[in-house]
Amino acid sequence: MAEEAQNNKLIPVYILSKKYYVPEGSTIITAMEYAGFKLKKGVGCREGFCGACASLYRLPGDYKLHGGLGCQTVVQPEMHIVQIPYTPAEKKRYDIEKLTPDNAPFNELYPEVYRCVSCNTCTKICPQELQVMDYVQAIIKGDLELATDLSFDCIMCGLCGVRCPAEMAQFNISILARRLYGRYLTPKSEFLEVRLKEIEDGKYEKEYERLMKMSREELKKTYYEREINFDIT
Amino acid sequence: MYGYPDYMDDSLKKVEKTRQKRVELAKKGLKNVLIPKSAEERDEVLSKYHPDYQPDARRKIKVGPNKGENLTAKVADLLETHSRIDLENFKLDKPDYETDVLVIGGGGAGCETALWAMYNGANVIISTKLRIGDANSMMSQGGMQAAVNPHDSPTIHYLDVVGGGHFDNKPELVKALTSEAPMIAKFLSHLGVIWDRLPDGHLQTKAGGGTSRRRLLSARDYTGAEIMRVLRDEVKNHPDKITVLEYLPAIELIKDGEGKVAGAILMHMETGQYIVVKAKTTVITTGGFGRLHIKGFPTTNHYGATADGLVLAYRAGANLLYMDSVQYHPTGAVFPPQILGFLITEKIRGYGGQPVNKDGELFVFPLEPRDVEASSFIKECADGNGIKTPDGHVGIWLDSPIIDILNEPGTIEKAFPAMVRQYHRFGIDIRKVPMLVYPTLHYQNGGIEIDVNCHTRLPNLLVAGEASGGVHGRNRLMGNSILDYNVFGRRAGIEAAKIAKKTKIKGKLNIDHVKKYEEELKEAGIKTKEVSPMLLPEYRNLKILERHRKEFDPFLPAGI
Repeated sequence: MAEEAQNNKLIPVYILSKKYYVPEGSTIITAMEYAGFKLKKGVGCREGFCGACASLYRLPGDYKLHGGLGCQTVVQPEMHIVQIPYTPAEKKRYDIEKLTPDNAPFNELYPEVYRCVSCNTCTKICPQELQVMDYVQAIIKGDLELATDLSFDCIMCGLCGVRCPAEMAQFNISILARRLYGRYLTPKSEFLEVRLKEIEDGKYEKEYERLMKMSREELKKTYYEREINFDIT
Repeated sequence: MYGYPDYMDDSLKKVEKTRQKRVELAKKGLKNVLIPKSAEERDEVLSKYHPDYQPDARRKIKVGPNKGENLTAKVADLLETHSRIDLENFKLDKPDYETDVLVIGGGGAGCETALWAMYNGANVIISTKLRIGDANSMMSQGGMQAAVNPHDSPTIHYLDVVGGGHFDNKPELVKALTSEAPMIAKFLSHLGVIWDRLPDGHLQTKAGGGTSRRRLLSARDYTGAEIMRVLRDEVKNHPDKITVLEYLPAIELIKDGEGKVAGAILMHMETGQYIVVKAKTTVITTGGFGRLHIKGFPTTNHYGATADGLVLAYRAGANLLYMDSVQYHPTGAVFPPQILGFLITEKIRGYGGQPVNKDGELFVFPLEPRDVEASSFIKECADGNGIKTPDGHVGIWLDSPIIDILNEPGTIEKAFPAMVRQYHRFGIDIRKVPMLVYPTLHYQNGGIEIDVNCHTRLPNLLVAGEASGGVHGRNRLMGNSILDYNVFGRRAGIEAAKIAKKTKIKGKLNIDHVKKYEEELKEAGIKTKEVSPMLLPEYRNLKILERHRKEFDPFLPAGI
């Protein structure tokens, strides 16, 4: 089907410790499907955006435990693969309206952030190649802007939390940092308020009425004659 | 495989050679790149090259509310199938859960609906097939349209939407969509969504296909992910009001003694256990149908995009609108093979990226509505001006390096981290070389017909998001999908809570409508072993499937 491997050379891999032969060039996900697994967990968007397919693997002759997204990691001969369908992790409840944009909410909700020993294991395993340890340190210092910038591309796959010797769930902690930054520290758009007031006051109602009453032909004419201008805002 | 194969070098050099000339054109204004097509030119390229217009694309459906109408053939196939439930022996007398509002689907529309139902005093259950947030909403890259600039307006937005939709959109839905967009931008920002902004705080806007102004708000190229993860986080902040049931897809709606929709039957995909949820109002937010691989196209869609909600609602008696129309996104990856069909955001063209053929020549205005742009790509390849891949696909170049020249160096890295990362994994640096693209199955333009408050024609059944039909007519513009699920998710949530307060479930819960549908299938002479909803597509190796034992595997295709 859509993501079928295109060449026929088969290579040996170990899925949950059993050996299978799968097409070279397969990703972990397509290799498992080729082997006959119907994936009902541990798979999501299949394009690297949802973080559902966190996987761990080892390669022959390599002492390291590697992490990757199942949909993005191409299998290698003799690879040992295990998937993590979800990461059990602490997610605290909070009312964003009652928090302050500094490190105080973290002291209260996620004090384990201070257990960071700067070992950098999280950074090494991040499949998005984010500077995870650096954003944790930024949160400790209360620099939410830096934490936001460094963690922005986090897809919350959970691999950092699985490996952390301080046992924190970095991905849940950083979304709080970003939400606080977005809620309180980004500059506000003045014109957005103007536009909202215009809409509330009914400024566009007449024009809506005119457009909605038009016959198909009139509407077509108006549409094709409309000005296209990307240079003004 | 690493980087582009050597035989593509000549073509890549041509793209490089024409780049300076194209930069000069673009600097004079996007309109000078090539002129947008007229109504007649649009019709011509669509009727000759759009997959929907091919003779085998549609067929008449033999049963249900749209009986006799032409639908996308794969959709008709999906609807003419049996229930997953053993109808004779199924007992509904003891619901496992009772709630005010049942939301079926845990993507963007589902979370938005749940939050607004909760804000309006309802207790909510979300049933979702995979994890909450595992949805197309998470994958959207480019952005959300909202008329937030002085020289733009909600009514200019309105005109763009209906023109893009071939004037088939339901006007009152488009009015809601466009007039509530700025409010949604503010609401999301309030929850903590981080929009790209100019230094003075003004929301940054870019051009999108089929728009006449810069109107696209974004969050790098993780726009969908940014919004989805914030909505999900907020849903998880309220476990006392919103119960999330993961890995429990709905497989049938249930009704009460008066014929009102009164919840759903869920199925545990690993154990086969059924769960009955009794609800005062039910909202379908199950998204679209990309994983049906219509006409064999690869898709940008999530693994779970199998149109489940459509099947449930159709069996219960809700009618579909514009289910003869499929959106192919112009720019899906065709190389390397591991990312075949993956979405390349339209925002690449919003930033000045240009589609060019094997000779590096422009052949279409880069920001036509999606159906026109996609058809033009198909035509260019059919005319022999595409580039073949080693595995037999064909595509045209999407020139990305031009973005850094037209904007400033470093723009690509800053605005498109996801795209840079995606290609970098396979040894391709899109800051230096273009991407090879071809249209890919992207969006369900139609769906279950709704009114402006998301009601279907069935009492107590609402729909929001991609599963609904009418908002986008027969072609959605970029940036209107995130907007759609936010605007109508909110409306559905408010409405569902309101209706729940007035509703009393009366009489015996039943699935008589499913039995009736089975009789209709029989009367129409439809003989099939297939069941639906599909829940998950089948990607296993067929040879291996033959050795599987049916009793262990409710997902085995019929005939095996």
